[in-house]
Amino acid sequence: MQALEVRDLAVTFATERGPLRVLDGISFALPPGRTVALVGESGCGKSVASLAIMGLLPPNAAVEGAIRLEGREIAELPPEERRKLRGADLAMIFQEPMTSLNPVFTAGDQVAEALRLHQGLDRARAQAAAVAMLEAVRIPEAARRARQYPHQLSGGMRQRVMIAMALACRPRVLIADEPTTALDVTVQAQILALLDDMRGETGAAVLLITHDLGVVADHADEVVVMYAGRVAETGPAARVLATPQHPYTVGLLGAAPRLDGPRGTRLATVEGTVPDLADPPAGCRFKTRCPFRVAVCDTAPPLLEVAPGHRAACHRAPLDQLLVAA
Amino acid sequence: MSATAASAVPRAESPGRRALRRFLRHRLAVAGLVVVLAFVLAAALAPWIAPFDPVATSWSRIRKPPSELHLFGTDENGRDVLSRVLWGARASLLAGGLSVTAALTLGVPFGLLAGLAGGWVDTFISRVTDAMLSVPFLILAIALAAFLGPALENAMLAIAISASPIFVRLARGMAMEAKSTEWVEAARALGNPPWRIALAHVLPNIVPPLLVQATLAIAEAIIAEASLSFLGLGQQPPNPSWGSMLNAAQRFLTQAPWMAIYPGLAIFLVVLAINLLGDGLRDALDPRARGR
Repeated sequence: MQALEVRDLAVTFATERGPLRVLDGISFALPPGRTVALVGESGCGKSVASLAIMGLLPPNAAVEGAIRLEGREIAELPPEERRKLRGADLAMIFQEPMTSLNPVFTAGDQVAEALRLHQGLDRARAQAAAVAMLEAVRIPEAARRARQYPHQLSGGMRQRVMIAMALACRPRVLIADEPTTALDVTVQAQILALLDDMRGETGAAVLLITHDLGVVADHADEVVVMYAGRVAETGPAARVLATPQHPYTVGLLGAAPRLDGPRGTRLATVEGTVPDLADPPAGCRFKTRCPFRVAVCDTAPPLLEVAPGHRAACHRAPLDQLLVAA
Repeated sequence: MSATAASAVPRAESPGRRALRRFLRHRLAVAGLVVVLAFVLAAALAPWIAPFDPVATSWSRIRKPPSELHLFGTDENGRDVLSRVLWGARASLLAGGLSVTAALTLGVPFGLLAGLAGGWVDTFISRVTDAMLSVPFLILAIALAAFLGPALENAMLAIAISASPIFVRLARGMAMEAKSTEWVEAARALGNPPWRIALAHVLPNIVPPLLVQATLAIAEAIIAEASLSFLGLGQQPPNPSWGSMLNAAQRFLTQAPWMAIYPGLAIFLVVLAINLLGDGLRDALDPRARGR
């Protein structure tokens, strides 16, 4: 059974300009103990998808589709039931460790809170468990750090505290929304390695939201590439990165800097901008920027299997011959 | 803050301890605190330190100037002004403290509710607040006190109601700001119910500005109580209050100026001291000055 399964998830925001469908039927599954990366540029709906799964979208957002946590449908649960899942079975860490901790509580208090909320531990036992959790996320001198306030901790340390908070109740699914974007490169590597270790120790499935393809290559088992609220391509991370079958993924890979690439060349960019979701183009949403566009692209492409487990939403997939020609 | 700067901090200094350290560096504020504490002490110990009964009249000692026996002189009924100033401190400080406490208790929950719930709840609470704030503080307090009837308790209630909208507005604004922060989002992601977000997460973060505003409001409430008592709407005779003493004194301003000087001086000193204290608190708790 999948730890998390999302089927035809759609989110529509009621705005003053009218309904805005920012997520248009995405599906993916998170196997237990695995990392699935959700990739795409800003505004493609990555964060909205994660907030929809958590049940944290504002009231003006309408969510459709199925969200199944270990086989149990949770999208239609009443708010109070959803709340009890958060922090217990479903946890999330955020992009900005500098601002994601409450400034007036110590690190230990913040980790202990999850345990007190969901496991009903008393103050002393929750504090002891919190210190153990801080040790588990490799915070040196955890007992002393537990008594410190967020402003006394570095960014990497704070992100470790966030991870300790999220994993304190051993959730089945951990959503990490660009957990390392705000950190130094060396700290990034440590935090991602820690996430991998903790995933191994707790057996939680990790949904890693990122726009860094290097991170995907090193840490994800599966990858879901999103474009303008839809899934463009999905499959095993190694395969998708090696032989991308959607022009957008090809463009993203071309835009990623490489150490082993030729020196002095400019990075490739994906021409154009993301379409306005209030008025998306008919058919394939990437057609306005696609170099391989043909007449059939005016109809929406289905997400078709191009290889076992590897699917792409492109009429022209597989792209191998086109890429050779280009 | 870099990693090295953070690890150079030898021990955990709580936000409260740091604020205290910064407050103590502020000399005028410490002086203000000392004066306020002196008045609080005088009010608390009035029954023991006042040389005379504050309501006992003496026909042989009417409007006597300050002397060794009556340090602040006597009033038109031969009562000791020093004793009346000491007892009057009770009415003033009690009115200031209790009415502001009541205003906080009334205003902050509504402010939190409006700021965090949003929507029509916010619209309703905000419009009522705006309507109350459109009437000047003292005018509203006088109208309410006149409606409730002349008594010290009613004056305090009137002041509390008049002072509450400023706390609603302050708490609402800060709650809205907090609501958009990532740590509130993180608290929600951890499964905190809405009431816990409001009370355990947002409230502790907005205490410092509320505390500063409350301190300054105490000074205003003391002036308001004196004003209401001056108008006969607060403390009722023969019980002493600085405001009613001033009212009695105005008829004898040229013959017996001490009747006005000492209660007037008391109001001036207390209000000045509380304002200095409030300024010091503001500096000590200012989030923009963190790290100093």
